[in-house]
Amino acid sequence: MEQDWIWGLVGGGLIGTAAAVYLLINGRIMGASGILGGLVDGSGWHHWAERVAFIVGIVLVPIAFVPLYTEVDTHISSNYAVLIVAGLLVGVGSRLANGCTSGHGVCGISRFSLRGIVATVFYLMAGGVAVLLFKHILGVI
Amino acid sequence: MRALFAFVAGGIFGTGLLVSGMTDTRKVQGWLDVFGDWDPTLAFVLGGAIIPMAIAWRFTVGRRPQLGGEFPPPPEPKLGHNLVVGSLLFGAGWGLAGLCPGPAMASLSYGGLGGFVFLAAMMAGMFAAPPVRGWVDGLAGSS
Repeated sequence: MEQDWIWGLVGGGLIGTAAAVYLLINGRIMGASGILGGLVDGSGWHHWAERVAFIVGIVLVPIAFVPLYTEVDTHISSNYAVLIVAGLLVGVGSRLANGCTSGHGVCGISRFSLRGIVATVFYLMAGGVAVLLFKHILGVI
Repeated sequence: MRALFAFVAGGIFGTGLLVSGMTDTRKVQGWLDVFGDWDPTLAFVLGGAIIPMAIAWRFTVGRRPQLGGEFPPPPEPKLGHNLVVGSLLFGAGWGLAGLCPGPAMASLSYGGLGGFVFLAAMMAGMFAAPPVRGWVDGLAGSS
């Protein structure tokens, strides 16, 4: 538990390095919701190979590292109603806002983008309220 | 070549999400749980990610991407209703499940059936987003 922040920093460094590779080599912003969302709604089909390759990498490469851990548990909710409502909110919201934690949070804040900073403030607030409401008040998570 | 480096970036991203603990929904919800047992890990993750990326943005000045084309133009300073409404909806879902789009994809191989349920719902939400965007614009315009 005491080492969590170190692994957070190391993992964060990898995430930032990935974003830097995608920016400096491919010239594109690494936003998870935009890369997937552009394939889902058709707006990004002209860059489909790059998007699909990115998704293949993010899904498959971690498989090589999972065996290094004694246990990997996402602690994901077993309540499918919660997962469906949350998934719909995340999908609609990240596309309306044109970005999520990676696009607005990592790529936006690091270039001092006002949109990125404003989006991050609002989704952090909403996330905090959601946990307060659903965990402490309603007790569904 | 573009696809190769996209694969590499995706792979490093997914590994970073695993290493940082951000595919563990409890750690994410712990960060958002400011009134409960608060977990500061996410701040280190975001800080650790912003530093290399801030250097990368500096490096773009006066240069072009290695594989050609142009770097993304500076973001529009305009905020807009969709940015705020979307971020509020996204944040609510993020808090409810403890997953955002990156970790939802990165944890597919080890997140069990629930991970696929969340991903399917998220993609349905993404599919529905363009008409919802028009609707928000309409409401904002008529008020």
